[in-house]
Amino acid sequence: MTVEAGEGLLPIVANDDVVRARQLVRTLAQDCRLSLVEQTKLVTAASELARNTLVHGGGGTLRGELIRNGLRRGVQVVFRDSGPGIADLELALTDGWSSGTGMGLGLSGSRRLVDEFAIESEPGRGTTVTITKWAR
Amino acid sequence: MSERVPILQIGDILLVSIQTDLDDQSVLNLQDDLAARVVESAAHGVVIDISAVEIVDSFVGRMLATIAAISRMLDAETVVVGMRPAVAITLVELGLSLGGVSTALNLDLGLRLLERARGGRDGLTAEPTAS
Ligand SMILES: Nc1ncnc2c1ncn2[C@@H]1O[C@H](COP(=O)(O)OP(=O)(O)OP(=O)(O)O)[C@@H](O)[C@H]1O
Ligand SMILES: [Mg+2]
Repeated sequence: MTVEAGEGLLPIVANDDVVRARQLVRTLAQDCRLSLVEQTKLVTAASELARNTLVHGGGGTLRGELIRNGLRRGVQVVFRDSGPGIADLELALTDGWSSGTGMGLGLSGSRRLVDEFAIESEPGRGTTVTITKWAR
Repeated sequence: MSERVPILQIGDILLVSIQTDLDDQSVLNLQDDLAARVVESAAHGVVIDISAVEIVDSFVGRMLATIAAISRMLDAETVVVGMRPAVAITLVELGLSLGGVSTALNLDLGLRLLERARGGRDGLTAEPTAS
């Protein structure tokens, strides 16, 4: 898998950065020629995950890039923070479960919106979520 | 850098058209501003035009549902108009049904929906029955 042009690294430390995250991911989705529906799904997932990085992770970064696997082109976005981490991943990925006042749809919903979803988290060390969407 | 979304008034209807990608604080401001304006203006309907909105995530979705619930409590009906097809598809897959939020395909249909709701409630549009 090789990385192509159009990468971007974005700090996520304030509300504005969640807006910027949506813009960066939309640009990548367009560069990758995802369909409008697939673009919308990817940007929505990115918005949820960027907000989690900010609100639950205490801030972090987003890295977005165009990737290629053989003939397939895709967009990969990595959200990383060194916040409190998630003790029970299975619970956190349950529809409707939130440790706060959220609707608990961010993680479970964004997983449904993308092709590949990976989450790594260690209590006290932080959380990394990687999502990928392939062009059809 | 939160911004204020303008709220227009036409008769007893408040109209909001979301034209920019709002950060979360601006979304919350809009919620509060609308509640205040509903009371101030004694409006009976709120129309939220999202035809320019490219994505609705759980935060914005919750705001729409909350505005509908608050206005209902303040004697106004809310209708969300102009949702893009890609947004609707994504919302359903995200798991947000927006139950309790009335929607219409465009502004015109939204206004008619409000008229009907109001007429139905006051019995104003009851057809005179031919005897
Ligand atoms: N980056 C993170 N760091 C620490 N905890 C997290 C992180 N992301 C998610 N979580 C935990 O997982 C839970 C579920 O996340 P999810 O995004 O599904 O729901 P939410 O953020 O609480 O609500 P919503 O996103 O629907 O507004 C959160 O309540 C939080 O406890
Ligand atoms: Mg969330």
